[in-house]
Amino acid sequence: MKEKKYRAQIYVTLRPSVLDPAGTAVESGLQNMGYANVTGVRIGKYVELTIAAASETVAREQLDKICDQLLANPVIENYRVELTEISPVEAVR
Amino acid sequence: MKFGVVVFPGSNCDRDVVWVTQHLLNQPTRLIWHQETDISDIDVIVLPGGFSYGDYLRCGAIARFSPVMTEIVQHAQKGKSVIGICNGFQILTEVGLLPGALARNRDLHFICDRVPLKVVRTDIPWTKAYTTGEIITLPIAHGEGRYYADSDTLSQLEDNQQILFRYCTNSGEITTAGNPNGSLNHIAGICNQRGNVLGMMPHPERAADPATGGIDGMKLFQGLLC
Repeated sequence: MKEKKYRAQIYVTLRPSVLDPAGTAVESGLQNMGYANVTGVRIGKYVELTIAAASETVAREQLDKICDQLLANPVIENYRVELTEISPVEAVR
Repeated sequence: MKFGVVVFPGSNCDRDVVWVTQHLLNQPTRLIWHQETDISDIDVIVLPGGFSYGDYLRCGAIARFSPVMTEIVQHAQKGKSVIGICNGFQILTEVGLLPGALARNRDLHFICDRVPLKVVRTDIPWTKAYTTGEIITLPIAHGEGRYYADSDTLSQLEDNQQILFRYCTNSGEITTAGNPNGSLNHIAGICNQRGNVLGMMPHPERAADPATGGIDGMKLFQGLLC
């Protein structure tokens, strides 16, 4: 079977139960700027990568392992993966 | 007692440990490069402090995939001693030898200070040279030292008496005022259930030579020898 290429956009965020001091600091900065209407600032990480796989299902399975083992620490973080197939023209570039 | 001090790219407390074990305590000691795969000659493995792999992604996240870590997990599974100090503690949680995680300090600062700690438990080798409830002072130097675990894990740690060191005030009170980084349950150091793996954010090796202004960390190493 021919492999396809996918662009993965991975968002790693602190679990809601984990204190985010950096988010709190940014929130107070925004409030000092006058944005009293801003609350709930949480800071996470964004990772993008290209993955070759036989199908989207296979790619997602691998990405779950990649995230669980390295990109995120499941003890304190959640992750979300968005997957887009790269068209052959784009892949050539 | 032979000590092996693991050197990752970015470790920077490795030679401080060697100074204590080899030069102050006259124990055979060798540095172990993180690519090594034979550590069978070692009794006590030390994962030292520092910034392995530049702390990229998360502290300890990349170091835990170094070739030597497979051997260290086996070393621990055999019941042999492993201690992780600071970045070493972070690596031990990342590799799963200890539960929980070390998150960014509550007040965001990188803290470089000497802090009082209470020695909670002294019936295992790591702490047997101390007395229970003893208040000691050790240096800390970390930006990500806030111990976090879910409530079930915390209960297990408490029930199994896996917490060896807690942050406290100068007079020994375990309160928020004595907790520098926001660690849950004021945790500064924990061991695994079997007791052979210890992780701690404070630096005992930096408080072992009288020249450094404090020797409260020396008993941790001495306890292993007696």
